[in-house]
Parts: sequence; structure tokens; C-alpha cells
Amino acid sequence: MADRHLEPDTPELRARWSGFAWTKENAAKAAEYVARYPEGRQRSAVMPLLDLAQRQVGAETSTQGWLPLPVMEYVAKYLDMPVIRVVEVATFYFMYNLVPVGKFHVQVCGTTPCMLRGSDAIMAACKKRGMAKGHTTEDGLWTLTEVECMGNCASAPMVQINDDNYEDLTPERLDAVLDALAAGKAPKTGTQEPGRHTVEPVGGPTTLKEMVEANHDYRKEW
Amino acid sequence: MSLQDKDRIFTNLYGYQPWNLDAAKKRGDWDKTRKLLELGPDKIIEEIKASGLRGRGGAGFPTGLKWSFMPKESKDGRPSFLVINADESEPGSCKDREIIRHDPHKLIEGALVAGFAMRARAAYIYIRGEYIREAQVLEAAVKEAYDAGLIGKNACKSGYDFDVYVHRGAGAYICGEETAMIESLEGKKGQPRLKPPFPAGAGLYGCPTTVNNVESIAVAPTILRRGAGWFSSFGRDNNKGTKLFQISGHVNKPCVVEEAMSIPFSELIEKHCGGITGGKDNLLAVIPGGSSVPLVPAEQIWDAPMDFDGLREVGSGLGTAAVIVMDKSTDIVRAISRLSYFYKHESCGQCTPCREGTGWMWRVMERLRTGDADVGEIDMLWDVTKQVEGHTICALGDAAAWPIQGLIRHFRPELERRIAENVREAAE
Repeated sequence: MADRHLEPDTPELRARWSGFAWTKENAAKAAEYVARYPEGRQRSAVMPLLDLAQRQVGAETSTQGWLPLPVMEYVAKYLDMPVIRVVEVATFYFMYNLVPVGKFHVQVCGTTPCMLRGSDAIMAACKKRGMAKGHTTEDGLWTLTEVECMGNCASAPMVQINDDNYEDLTPERLDAVLDALAAGKAPKTGTQEPGRHTVEPVGGPTTLKEMVEANHDYRKEW
Repeated sequence: MSLQDKDRIFTNLYGYQPWNLDAAKKRGDWDKTRKLLELGPDKIIEEIKASGLRGRGGAGFPTGLKWSFMPKESKDGRPSFLVINADESEPGSCKDREIIRHDPHKLIEGALVAGFAMRARAAYIYIRGEYIREAQVLEAAVKEAYDAGLIGKNACKSGYDFDVYVHRGAGAYICGEETAMIESLEGKKGQPRLKPPFPAGAGLYGCPTTVNNVESIAVAPTILRRGAGWFSSFGRDNNKGTKLFQISGHVNKPCVVEEAMSIPFSELIEKHCGGITGGKDNLLAVIPGGSSVPLVPAEQIWDAPMDFDGLREVGSGLGTAAVIVMDKSTDIVRAISRLSYFYKHESCGQCTPCREGTGWMWRVMERLRTGDADVGEIDMLWDVTKQVEGHTICALGDAAAWPIQGLIRHFRPELERRIAENVREAAE
């Protein structure tokens, strides 16, 4: 994680973000997050609040969102904790974007289970469309990141784009997903394998077949 | 005899049916949970002990025994906490995700039962940040359970108050380590703590805490309903129960499936995964328990029983039962080197042997991949893995060392061949 850095603290950054404050909706959410922890332990909410802040920045910039320093300061003040403790958390966890990203953050899983199922070709397909690892395309549409195992190994290879996963990919299937996103459409999420539901064996489950058609209650057979 | 559908715990594993409370109840969840609680904490723990359930998060520690470490009463007013580890990040593992998005009520009911047994005030479910849609399902399911009076004040009309909270991570594998998870829950960097004190003595907010894997918790209500004898009728001694296996890599049909413990590798693959790609003879090696365990060559894994002891006998481990299959088309050195990169990326940076060692090991692995190395470096790499292993606060150092050790143990000729060819190329 040593290659992560903060966006420089410039007057422009301050001018743009020092007025950051929760929207009405997010203020309610923030209060709800803090209430999940015992009194005096509000600092526990720093992770959900950074996520919330990143999402709010995302909504304001039409991107996945990121964490400008003034926004981290706002969260620190909100939780009554030192700014450095917030920055520590923001820099430690990989899902907090420390620099601006594009509208779609294409996160290609490259760990061994995906690698065995062809993630090289998925990464190549992204690069063919002009994306480069760690960069945002000039049109501001795509940011490409190689991520570590996302826990979709039985439907590999996969990418996560903002909040959704696209699994069982081939370069062609990925292209179809990215084309749809670029066109403002909402492509089907999850597995892209025709006929597959989730993580059952392709072609249909080998177990629990009654469940396919009905909410079967197996207790009668106990 | 193989496991029958009626004995499978996660009947909605594939999500063909809705996850919601109504549908879950029809499948048998939240059925007279109050009666389970009326057994009392000690009887519940006894039953879980008798079932032979061992932790499903990788280490395989007996679950009932772990629960029994929690204080029976608070002498100083400190509450106890249950923390549920849903930070599923071990490469190859993808079972907790299916439980959470398709059968979340099994987990929430299990949280109540387990929390009650260990006299906990609340459960925090720590779900990895990347499981975004899954966390949304889980939060909605928790809300359903609150609204139905199943958790919260007077949970299931038992007179017991029990809260369940969801806490999302934000992309750090290390938070799957129990003390790192506790640090993270407290709003800090996820860096593991030294033990002792163990979490059962001083964990979350300095209070007695038990950290359990999602699967260990989610199976508890069914074990109590059907009895310890039922659960322990599956699997070999010391390896009891049913288990979610996750098969990825070079099989014809990768999948997640619940099977009896101790099922032979060959049966698991042939029955559910449509066999190895290119047939049995095309199998090269298998990582049977997630990236942290050493690989096992084809000839040793084929008949091995898939359980804790069976895989230890072939020099590996069951881990999370994440079975990564590699056929002969695999660049085996690259496959392991990619795992080395993973551990380098995920090292929290606290202990020097791991912080420096994971990067060093990965760089040497990358040179071994192309053969740009000296034969003596294989032994040096082995030596360094031994210096990292066991010399760090948590097991991430071990986890980074073991896959490399497995590679050197079983594929040394391949490493030497690459070095020899590289030398030849350089000479030409």
C-alpha cells in the first residue's frame, strides 16, 4: 500500500472542499451509523462515515467519489477525533480513494483464482479500450485498478464497477457491460454466463434441485 | 453415503428463492428460537461442543470450546461482545458471501443463539467493504429481524436483550485476523494486537469478545434443532459436520456446494464440478484451503479426504475449504508468485519480517518465474520464508510463507529448470 498518496493540500482544494457538509439525508445516515456503537465510542463510526463522505463527494462530482483532505477534516470534527487518526484510516483501507477517480471505477480482480480463469484477458480488454492501471481516462469515464481477491472465485473472472459485480467474464462479455454503462444503461449484474443463476455449477445445480422452482421446506424429510 | 438435500443446512445457497424473513421462516429459520434459548447458555455450549463443530474461518478451533472461554458473569460491569467475521478475503473463499446474500436470517438467528450462549450484549457483524450489495441485504435482514421482535429488546420474547449491528470494512484483508478486526471496529487501522490478552478477556473496547466466522455462527441454530448427534454423524472423527466447499480454477464447473466433511477430493470434483478441465490426468496441483495453505500435487490430493486431518496429512490444510484447482496449463510459479504479491499488498506493515519479507519474497518469486535467478536463491528463499514464519504478531507472515514453501517442496525441479533455461538463453 506504500504507493498510495494523498492529493496535495492546495488552495484550490481548500476552496473547492472546505465547505463540505452532510446533505440532509446523509446527516441522518451519519447519526444512525454513530448510534451503532456504545456511547463515547463514536470513533468506531469513522469507517462508515468515510464511506458516506466518499459517496457524497461522488454524487457531487458524478464519479465514484474520493476523499479530499478537507472532507477528512470534516469527518474528524464530526467524530471529535484528531485529523491524523482519520487520515490513517483513510490511507490504510484500500477502498477509500485518495485521489479523484472517474465515473466508473473498473476494479479487475487479478488474484490467482481469477488469474486461472482468464483475468489477464479481462485486464487486456480494459487496456484495449484506452484504460491504464491507476489512471482515469481523459473523458473522465473510467478509472482502472487491479484489485485483490473479491470473493467471487466460483464465478471468476470478475470485475467490480462501483457498487456492482460482473462475474463469469470473457473479454466480449466485459465489452458488452462497459458499452452498456457508457451508454447510460444498467447492464445485468452478477454472472454473465447465460443460464447461470449464481454460483451453482453451470448447467444447473447438482444439489437442492427442489429449490429452483419452489421455496422447498426440507424439514418434512428430517 | 453422500450428503442428502434434507441434511443440507444452507438450502437457499444459490439464491433461487428470496432471502427475506417470510421465505426464510418457510425454510425453517426462526422456528421457535425461544425454545432454543430456553436450553440455557451452558446447555447450548455443551451441545455445540458435542456436535464437534470446528471453526469454519480457517483455523478450525472447536467452536463450543471457544464460546466457553467467555465469562459467565461480569464482575466489573463490562459487557461481552460477539464479533462475527464476515471479512471473507482469503483468495479462493466465497462461501460467506452466499450465506449473507441468500440466507442472511440463518446468520442473524445464529448471532442471537451464540450471543446468548456467551452472554453477549450485542453482535457486530464485520462484513468486508467490497461486499456492497451483500451488506445491503444483510442490513435489510437485520431490520426485518428487529421489526419482527426477533432481536433487540426482549429478543424472541425470551426476556433477553440482544442487538445486532452491521459494520462494513473498507478493503483490508488483514481485518480478517480477529484482533485486527477488533482494532478496525474501534475505528483504527486494522493492525493485529499482541496476545495475550486474548479477546475473551479483553477484546472490543477492552471487553470480553469472541470472534467467530459467519459459517460457524450460521450453522448453530440448525445444530441445536437437529441435535449434536445429527451434525456429528457426518465426517470422520475430529472432522465432523457439513461444510461449504468452494471450488475455483481449472474445473469444468466451478461452484460453491455444501457437502459432508471428509468427502474425497475426487468425489467433490467429479460429482459437482464436472471434473478437471481436460480430465483427471490433466491435474497439476491443488490449493485445498484458500491461498494460505501449501499446494498439494495431483497424485497426493486425488484420494485425500477433504477435512482438517486429511489435508494436514498431505502437508496442507482445510483452511476455509476454498479449493483452487490448477491443471497442467498453469504457470505454477506465477500462480504462487501472484499470491506472494497478494500478501505483499495486504501486509499491514506492523512487523518488520512481514512488511519487508513479503516484498522481498515476491521479488524473488518474480525472478524465479522467469528463471532470472541463481539456483542457490531457492534455498535462500526457503530460508527467508522460515525467518518470516512464526516471527510476526499475526499469521499473515505464516500465510505468506507457506504457499512458497509448498511450491519449493513440490516443484523444485521446475524452478531449477527455469533457471537453467534462463542461463542457456543468456549464453546464446
